[in-house]
Amino acid sequence: MSSNTIEHGTASSSATGWQAIVRDWSSDRQTFKVPWGKAMMWIFLLSDTFIFGCFLTSYMTVRMSTTDPWPNPSEVFALTIAGRSIPLILIAIMTFILISSSGTMAMAVNYGYRHDRKKTAALMFATAAFGVSFVCMQGFEWTKLILEGVRPWGNPWGAPQFGSCFFMITGFHGLHVSIGVIYLSIVAKRVLTGFYEKRGNYEIVEIAGLYWHFVDLVWVFIFAFFYLW
Amino acid sequence: MEHGQQHPLGIYFKIWGLLFVLSTMSYLVDYFHLQGMLRWSLIVIFMLLKAGLIVAVFMHMMWERLALIYAILIPPLAVLVFVGMMAAESDYTFLTRLLYFAHSH
Repeated sequence: MSSNTIEHGTASSSATGWQAIVRDWSSDRQTFKVPWGKAMMWIFLLSDTFIFGCFLTSYMTVRMSTTDPWPNPSEVFALTIAGRSIPLILIAIMTFILISSSGTMAMAVNYGYRHDRKKTAALMFATAAFGVSFVCMQGFEWTKLILEGVRPWGNPWGAPQFGSCFFMITGFHGLHVSIGVIYLSIVAKRVLTGFYEKRGNYEIVEIAGLYWHFVDLVWVFIFAFFYLW
Repeated sequence: MEHGQQHPLGIYFKIWGLLFVLSTMSYLVDYFHLQGMLRWSLIVIFMLLKAGLIVAVFMHMMWERLALIYAILIPPLAVLVFVGMMAAESDYTFLTRLLYFAHSH
């Protein structure tokens, strides 16, 4: 290496010890040409993908390896409406609610970048309201199954692993929805009060949106693998 | 200058509609009690289409630069490897249980 190239970065080479390490790693290098908050949200979502990936993989493992019959989700999650048993109807409604909330969230991001504070906040509160109704329905579903005798260690219909998978997977997803509702409400309130208007950027709405769409995305996989399989 | 993702509203409505249609179709797979390979393939196809639409359009991935797309979408492939390993492992556990434990029930 010639001395010319070393002289190139005089500012960073003058430091020693830990400061030199920090400067070398941070000196004007950028891989992702997006705001840092967005890059970090994507990396968080990637780590969350592995968590849910592990849950669903362990569910697959216990379901494939059990010698007892797996309870039929189509019957377990059926509801009797007007004297007729309709399979999976509550889960279907929850799916449509979550998709609708993703739609309102996508529009909130759009209006955010147009600096339309009222519409952005209204759409975000609508998204959060959909989220609350989703969690309520999940609460109803949990109550129904617990009253019917489903426990993490057993249930009346077959393989005891059914309960632990159900409570673990839907519980963790429901927790994500609940946290999302709080997150969206805080951001929506700040949109309304002009907190982001002062800074002049609404990227946070898109970042919160990424989290919310991810929650919807996870539900797509839970719906397919746990409820329909 | 803002780096933000700004697209016409129309595309969100179209994707929203498509997601509704795909969800209805995957619900109908269960409602009409389709079984066997037809059931599994339809469930997986509808699932992948829905996931793809959400990530590509709602999460704006199709408009991001390749560096970000690859950094986020390639690592989850490791989960597929893990699924393959655990599928082999659970087959083995299942056979072992049949051989040594199943008759005790």
